[in-house]
Amino acid sequence: MTAAAISTVTLFVVVLFLIREAFPALTSPGLHRFLTDESWHPLSNRFRMTPMAAATAATTLGALVLAVPVGVASAVFVRFYAPAAAGRAFRGLLELMAGIPSVVFGLWGLLVLVPLLAGHGHSGQHLLAAICVLALMILPVVALSAAAALNAVPESLLVAAAALGLSRPSVALRIALPAARRGIAAGILLALSRALGETMAVVMVAGNVVQFPDSLTRPVRTLTGNLALELGYAGPAHRSVLFASALMLMLAAAVSVSLARVVEGRPDE
Amino acid sequence: MQRVPCLIWMSAAVVLTAMTGCHQERTIAAAAGDAGSGTVRGELTITGSSTMAPLVAEIARRFMARHPAVRIDVQSGGSGKGIQDVRSGIADIGMSSRALQAVESDLEVFPVAVDGVALIVHRSNPVSELTPEQVVAIFTGKIRNWSAIGGPDQPISVVHKAEGRATLEVFLTHFQLRNPDVRPDVIVGDNEHAVRTVAGAPGAIGYVSIGTATADVQSGVPIRLLPLDGIPADCEAVAAGRFPMSRPLILVVRHDRRPLTDVFLRFCRSEQVDDIITAQYFVPAAR
Repeated sequence: MTAAAISTVTLFVVVLFLIREAFPALTSPGLHRFLTDESWHPLSNRFRMTPMAAATAATTLGALVLAVPVGVASAVFVRFYAPAAAGRAFRGLLELMAGIPSVVFGLWGLLVLVPLLAGHGHSGQHLLAAICVLALMILPVVALSAAAALNAVPESLLVAAAALGLSRPSVALRIALPAARRGIAAGILLALSRALGETMAVVMVAGNVVQFPDSLTRPVRTLTGNLALELGYAGPAHRSVLFASALMLMLAAAVSVSLARVVEGRPDE
Repeated sequence: MQRVPCLIWMSAAVVLTAMTGCHQERTIAAAAGDAGSGTVRGELTITGSSTMAPLVAEIARRFMARHPAVRIDVQSGGSGKGIQDVRSGIADIGMSSRALQAVESDLEVFPVAVDGVALIVHRSNPVSELTPEQVVAIFTGKIRNWSAIGGPDQPISVVHKAEGRATLEVFLTHFQLRNPDVRPDVIVGDNEHAVRTVAGAPGAIGYVSIGTATADVQSGVPIRLLPLDGIPADCEAVAAGRFPMSRPLILVVRHDRRPLTDVFLRFCRSEQVDDIITAQYFVPAAR
């Protein structure tokens, strides 16, 4: 009860703080400037944010495209194919991976992945590098929540399916996965909000040039990366604009979390 | 934003005091030794330049060893933040790795050291020196391949800093560039990030603190510092005042500061810290 009160109050204080700090930027330069300005050069009074919003969307969706199939497939493997001991070991591995601090993923990306990706005409710090690192980070979230959802499918359903003569792949793909889809979807949305908010690892490998993500080998800057790079160095007007972008991120995260709740909590049809 | 870290540090200080439990004893010990060393006690908060933070933290450690009743917190967060924190009274001393601007003249300045900013390339890059015109052409995207300036047939990746960084301002001012005209391939935060990026990409060029770059070269990172106007980018050239792209590392304070702040400032500007400054590949400021 007290704990709930504390977290509620904290959330409110954070949101109020964001609104208060962002308010000057929302009145002047004003929201429309974030869309219509020529570029993002806050010290030269240019505040175009759309390329960074697009980059945030691109890194997040790209990471989901890589992590969701692999994560769900590994959950199916653990539940239906792996010997019990191997399944437990694999699960332990995923849990360990989920606990690795993001800055460690970032360092690994910068020192190992980026030199591997560096090729003709680019430094290796680009959209693809950011997507790869993010995918690795959210993979355990997807896999663990999918495994939990598959485990929650009633055993009777699976036994009945097997008794009807369905093969193991059919039981896994046609019976178990559809029955667990809601839990899996909730896990994916959770992974989405983690990818949306990830900062340090992305800053270290994304290249951070503010431009539209129109190629996998172009460097991009995400909204969170922008906050990390500039907030400590910003004057008052610039800071307020950064807080406005933080407010938008908060809204995006709130939308994805509420979606997860809707998906998870919908009554059976 | 500034108030939050301040709170965290205050609570960290409280926890530390409680944990070590020796703060009280230290104060008593210092009181007992007053006759000898004068009363130096209290707490100082120093924030600012990430280039300077390791240097000032080392100086602060030595100062605290000599004055056990003093505790000094050093936090990095950029020159701009240091200046802002001093103005708003959150910090006693701000660290800035660029000269103050005209609008910041309400603060008093104490130079501690001098640092150069040098262009760096990958160690395998055979280009030995660039003219200022070539540097400008590279950073504005007019030269895109090393072969255009006598190097191998390799595209150039321009490694640039995020807005607000002191090295960026020094670089732009020296080459008289406007930031919106720069066409970067990678934007990085701090010097170490720039060094790692150049070390990982054979076609890259960037600019970093000579102190950081020299330390990294010593430890085997595959980068090379380019000379500027024919002057090698090393500590000797910076010390002699010959290196053209250099900057002061300064401490800034308000006029209405406490006596303890002055004691620490005098210590930072004395010969007693020269070895710390040179060990980090900076050059002590002229006294």
